[in-house]
Amino acid sequence: MLKQTKLLAASLLACTVCLAGASARDLVIVSNGGTFQEAQSNAIFKPFTAKTGIKVVEDTWDNGIGVIRTKVEGGDSGWDIVNAESEELEIACQEGLILPLDIDKLGGKDNYVPGAVHKCGIGAAIYNHVLAYDKTRVSAVPSWADFFDLKKYPGKRALRASPKTNLEFALIADGVPLADVYRVLSTPEGVDRAFAKLDTIKSSLVFWTAGGQPMQLLASGEVVMTSSFNGRVTNAINKEHKPFGIVWDKSLQTADSWVILKTSPNVDKAYELLKFAGEAEPQSHLPDVQPIGITSAKAVGMVKPELLADLPTAPENNKDVLQINDAFWIDNIDTLTARWAEWSAQ
Amino acid sequence: MLKGQRGGMLRSYALIAPMFVFLLATFLLPVGMILWRSVSDPELRTALPETAVELSSWSGRGLPPANAYAALARDLAQVDGASLASLSRRLSYENPGFRALLQSTKRKLEAAPAGTTPDLVVLDPQWGANQTWQAMKRAAGPVGVFHILSALDLRQNYETGIGPSRPGAALYRSIILRTFTIASTTAILALLLAFPLCAFLARQSDRVRNLLLLMVLLPFWTSILVRTTAWLALLQDRGVINTLLMDMGLIDQPMKLLYNRIGVITALVHVMLPFMIFPLLAAMRSIDPRLFRAALSLGATPFYAFRRVYLPQIMPGVMAGTLMVFVVTLGFYVTPMLVGGPGDQMISYYIALYTTGTLNWGLASSLGLILLVITLSLYAIQNALLRRSGVGLR
Repeated sequence: MLKQTKLLAASLLACTVCLAGASARDLVIVSNGGTFQEAQSNAIFKPFTAKTGIKVVEDTWDNGIGVIRTKVEGGDSGWDIVNAESEELEIACQEGLILPLDIDKLGGKDNYVPGAVHKCGIGAAIYNHVLAYDKTRVSAVPSWADFFDLKKYPGKRALRASPKTNLEFALIADGVPLADVYRVLSTPEGVDRAFAKLDTIKSSLVFWTAGGQPMQLLASGEVVMTSSFNGRVTNAINKEHKPFGIVWDKSLQTADSWVILKTSPNVDKAYELLKFAGEAEPQSHLPDVQPIGITSAKAVGMVKPELLADLPTAPENNKDVLQINDAFWIDNIDTLTARWAEWSAQ
Repeated sequence: MLKGQRGGMLRSYALIAPMFVFLLATFLLPVGMILWRSVSDPELRTALPETAVELSSWSGRGLPPANAYAALARDLAQVDGASLASLSRRLSYENPGFRALLQSTKRKLEAAPAGTTPDLVVLDPQWGANQTWQAMKRAAGPVGVFHILSALDLRQNYETGIGPSRPGAALYRSIILRTFTIASTTAILALLLAFPLCAFLARQSDRVRNLLLLMVLLPFWTSILVRTTAWLALLQDRGVINTLLMDMGLIDQPMKLLYNRIGVITALVHVMLPFMIFPLLAAMRSIDPRLFRAALSLGATPFYAFRRVYLPQIMPGVMAGTLMVFVVTLGFYVTPMLVGGPGDQMISYYIALYTTGTLNWGLASSLGLILLVITLSLYAIQNALLRRSGVGLR
């Protein structure tokens, strides 16, 4: 409700501005709120305004490609830069809802870690789907094969209630090399194989939907192992001193990206901000608040060592990970979600 | 009509106008849009307009006429990336391979020497298959029943008639059935629990009753999310209930109370109980207790008096409470999501998933439409039954 009121106020304001004939409105940047946006605000938005004098107005959203579409359909509706998930980036780019970016104006391709540069977006935050475990009940560092081995580590496990990431984990546990996971998954036999592997632990599976649930399930002793976003595990270990472990090997990596809406009247200012956001110095402060994987290649060495160890982009953690293939999931999400729903309800 | 009267009428219309506009904007318009979204199928017509026309006149049996192939080649040469992307997503609901097929065909057409039109079947043998073209025809729009049939696990096949969308598919039908089962179980259990409580409360002094009602109201004022999370703490394997029972030595293994139907029904009944208690209590309090005593004094057995004198009088309260609990439970989302397993998710979970998660608004709208239609028909049936038995819902 508050959000709607804010939206209404914002659009009223935007109308007044355009009625006044001024094309100039402040640069509006939209991210996901919480400590995530706090980290971005402290490391990037505020120093940017201090340096350039360009005012930055912050807004928040909860993702959804439908939101971007409605924002763009009726012309400029007050957003310039948006922190988008990788699938939203891919679809919005294909449907022409966001601008293709000129990477040379953003410091060049080599300025960024591999995978952070997209035709229509530039990496904002990297994070992983990792295996997290309860150290008091799992003696050695487990692998995905151990996750699917009920004899070795009895007890329940938790996975996200969605085929995405789980089918990959099942194939990895079944011995498919990382490089072949999506090739195998693109065949009907590969999908059958993934579901067959999931069948082996189905009786011990619990499913989570909200990002906070995995740590709650581990903490309450309901499960011994779970999949989770890396930031949640690190916060549970460092801030709440839980006896949990995090497994970076064979985790699935994805990135949020900055995108510029095609209706933005502030494209030049937006480029300036994104160029600044890609520089090493501001990026090195992102992990101060939240273990966000940074996308500037040079910033990796500048992060405080005690924080670096918890980042997805730390060289130690980044050795053996698989990038989530968004093109695959955009094509297959509907058919596989239906099959997943059928399988999981049986 | 007198002038003064007309002015009065206008004034009263003006008074209800804000309410009417509010209803229009918040209820009728969204319901209308859901209706429209469930039958609207615009992607193919936008991306491949000539092909859409050709497909509409084709019977769907065998292969389409040469005109359709030529139209597709012309359309593919002209289509922009954005429309093709939307179309690919629409066709991926049936077959994930369509994006690759359309993209590669477009590329090969562009690579062909100018002035020649290559045979599409040579470019990709899938264009020689009836199923490929049938899928295109099902999407030819501008309106169609594809989404509604999908929400019933059905698909229109132009050669064999309407059949299952996948072999043995019963996904959404089972979800709809599950939603109604959970809602009716919750309503019945809430009635069974609320009835003795209300009968007890109705006979207390105002002071005692208000004090006891406060205990019903306090959880009612608490956020549903908080109450649901509290059930998590109570029901989990190492939760309060299991720990207590195991410490007392009554059980050796923790009982499975969470992430299954038991957890969902427990939490839902708790959340919905106040909706049953208030109408029921109101009905019971309005009864003159002397009527029951009069029946007894005239020789009725207590059970007979209960059945013939007491029950008919509180029936409107019972019906109102049951219907309220049933209908509100139908749309529950967060409680089953947190305390249920995958087999206990109700229809709203899938509507939310397809609306925000996968952007399949056609399927989401169709599921919503089916829920609406079934609920309204149940309500109509109940109303008809009540009227026949002579008890109104008022």
